[in-house]
Amino acid sequence: MKILIIAEAQGSEVRHASRSAITLAKNVVAAENGDIEIAIIGDDIAAAAKAASAYAPTFTLSDALFSHPTADRYGAAIAQIAQQRGADLVIAASTSHGKDCVARAAAALGGTMVTDATACENRDGKLIWQRTMHAGGVAAWVAAHGSPVVVTALQSAYEPAEPTGETSVTALNIDVVALPSAIQFDSVTTKQSDRPDVTEAAIVISGGRAFKTAEDYERLIGGLADKIGGGTGSSRAAVDAGIAPNENQVGQTGKIIAPDLYLGIGISGAVQHLAGMKNSKIIAAINTDDEAPLLDYADFALIADAYEAIPEMMEKL
Amino acid sequence: MKILVPTKRVPDPDQPIHLNADKTAADLSGIPCIINPFDAIALEEALRIREEERSQAGSDIEIVAVCIGPQACEKEIRIALAMGADRAVHVVSDEYIDSWVASSLLKAVVDKEQPDLIIMGKQAIDADNNQAGQFLAHHLNWPQATFASEISFEGDRVKVARETDTGIENVSMTLPAVITTDLRLNEPRYASLPAMMKAKRKPVDISTPEDLGVAVEPRVEIISMETLSAKRNCVRVNNVDELIAKLKEAGAL
Ligand SMILES: Cc1cc2nc3c(=O)[nH]c(=O)nc-3n(C[C@H](O)[C@H](O)[C@H](O)COP(=O)(O)OP(=O)(O)OC[C@H]3O[C@@H](n4cnc5c(N)ncnc54)[C@H](O)[C@@H]3O)c2cc1C
Ligand SMILES: Cc1cc2nc3c(=O)[nH]c(=O)nc-3n(C[C@H](O)[C@H](O)[C@H](O)COP(=O)(O)OP(=O)(O)OC[C@H]3O[C@@H](n4cnc5c(N)ncnc54)[C@H](O)[C@@H]3O)c2cc1C
Repeated sequence: MKILIIAEAQGSEVRHASRSAITLAKNVVAAENGDIEIAIIGDDIAAAAKAASAYAPTFTLSDALFSHPTADRYGAAIAQIAQQRGADLVIAASTSHGKDCVARAAAALGGTMVTDATACENRDGKLIWQRTMHAGGVAAWVAAHGSPVVVTALQSAYEPAEPTGETSVTALNIDVVALPSAIQFDSVTTKQSDRPDVTEAAIVISGGRAFKTAEDYERLIGGLADKIGGGTGSSRAAVDAGIAPNENQVGQTGKIIAPDLYLGIGISGAVQHLAGMKNSKIIAAINTDDEAPLLDYADFALIADAYEAIPEMMEKL
Repeated sequence: MKILVPTKRVPDPDQPIHLNADKTAADLSGIPCIINPFDAIALEEALRIREEERSQAGSDIEIVAVCIGPQACEKEIRIALAMGADRAVHVVSDEYIDSWVASSLLKAVVDKEQPDLIIMGKQAIDADNNQAGQFLAHHLNWPQATFASEISFEGDRVKVARETDTGIENVSMTLPAVITTDLRLNEPRYASLPAMMKAKRKPVDISTPEDLGVAVEPRVEIISMETLSAKRNCVRVNNVDELIAKLKEAGAL
């Protein structure tokens, strides 16, 4: 089986989520054999490609046209690379980029795609995939018919792979000017934060509707996170209310995470929220309501007012 | 301008999921269903575009809802019409439809209807695939803007703010195009009772996959399903000191 990983560059590194995709690829090799290759597309990716080659032989498609991830151009490029490399299995990370561009590539490759895979298994000589549905309420094993199979790896289900030693970097030959280009990138507003991303942080301090203002959220949730080197998360209700930034949303339709510690403060625990964090190693909750559903999914709970408990925690840590 | 809005029927997420006897699908009998929330947002956005008369040439905007699924989808189709869609297309099928088949059927409907814009959910909240919009954009060779949190028009271009992992990305495209919706785009209106009555008289075009010449050949087959419970035995601690001690003991701090 020929496995092609579509990796994302993050500066001079391989993005964390892509390293989780590499782990999924290694699990496939363990279950059924195969060779792993990595492809990186972008502008100015030499350093990231070198970093990627420490995991598996790496192929690059580098051009100024790829400075922004427009889905039509990227999707067509990914499909062409998969065909050129003769991939039987294409694996990408379940990031917004993966969902946007790789799904489009999957359609060009015949439409066999498994989103957010959490496990794979060789059953009677055929590779099958596990994924969750219905807001994490159901785990399903699915068979993928057709070739290549395109899979996105749910980041929280796989530890990021560790490098194993430098291999080769090879430039791909694709006519980039001929790729579709009907989507125009205008601008991006990226968040300005020194905190670890919510999908990568070992500790996530998460705040919900209990916080009255964005200032309170930043001072208390942000402050506690900074105190212990954690990332910040939030419920959708807090994002909707303008209290927490978009990128922080944890849940079925936000980020799905599994940190070592998830501390949910002033979050009730709606099913859509639980879908994003219930596989965290340790879950703790602070809530004024002893009957908040989140408590049923937590290891520890403190019944207290967030506005009093958080300053006290910051002082004692 | 014509806007096509796929509206999928999904089980009410507030109801517990039960599986069928051979554990290959959710048992929807007796479970109340709703329009996929992301599709309701898509329909709301189409209605707002019409209300704000942002049609390109000042022409009228027609909104067509498309639903693929069993006869029982009639109820959700009626709701879409009551919310304000002008008419509906119902592709009737009792078969298992995956995102690939759904996108292929939608492509066939687009070929017939020739819309200028398709607005649809970024994902359906039952299967959570997040595929059909991207697949459809590929089939049509149209530009796509997924995860939209803001849509506006400027001349013959549509501008979309997209929610990505790293922040808000702004893109623009010429029509025709596919847009998939994120939660913050808008809050959908409810269908009023009188509107539900009036919706009975709006036209619904009924066809089957065979009529559309599309083979129902799903790429992803569900072999088995199990319902998950992630409940834990929660220890109530009495104060902040105890919480910190417990978290340290567990190696989490
Ligand atoms: C299609 C769809 C998708 C969705 N996707 C997501 C998703 O991805 N992620 C998500 O989170 N939600 C999602 N939701 C929304 C979800 O259903 C809930 O509405 C949301 O999670 C509630 O957020 P919350 O817990 O912050 O607010 P609430 O439910 O209002 O809870 C606030 C909590 O704070 C407690 N509290 C209040 N004051 C204090 C205080 N001073 N100190 C301590 N505790 C206090 C309360 O007791 C309560 O438990 C989705 C909904 C839909 C329909
Ligand atoms: C009788 C029957 C039983 C089924 N049982 C199950 C089951 O138990 N578990 C399961 O996971 N799947 C089941 N399916 C299929 C499943 O519900 C989805 O249609 C399929 O997996 C596509 O995934 P998705 O909707 O998440 O697609 P996504 O790619 O997430 O959908 C994105 C968008 O595409 C559009 N779209 C997708 N499907 C339709 C549609 N049918 N009509 C209109 N617009 C649509 C919507 O705008 C939607 O927001 C069943 C289908 C049928 C007909």
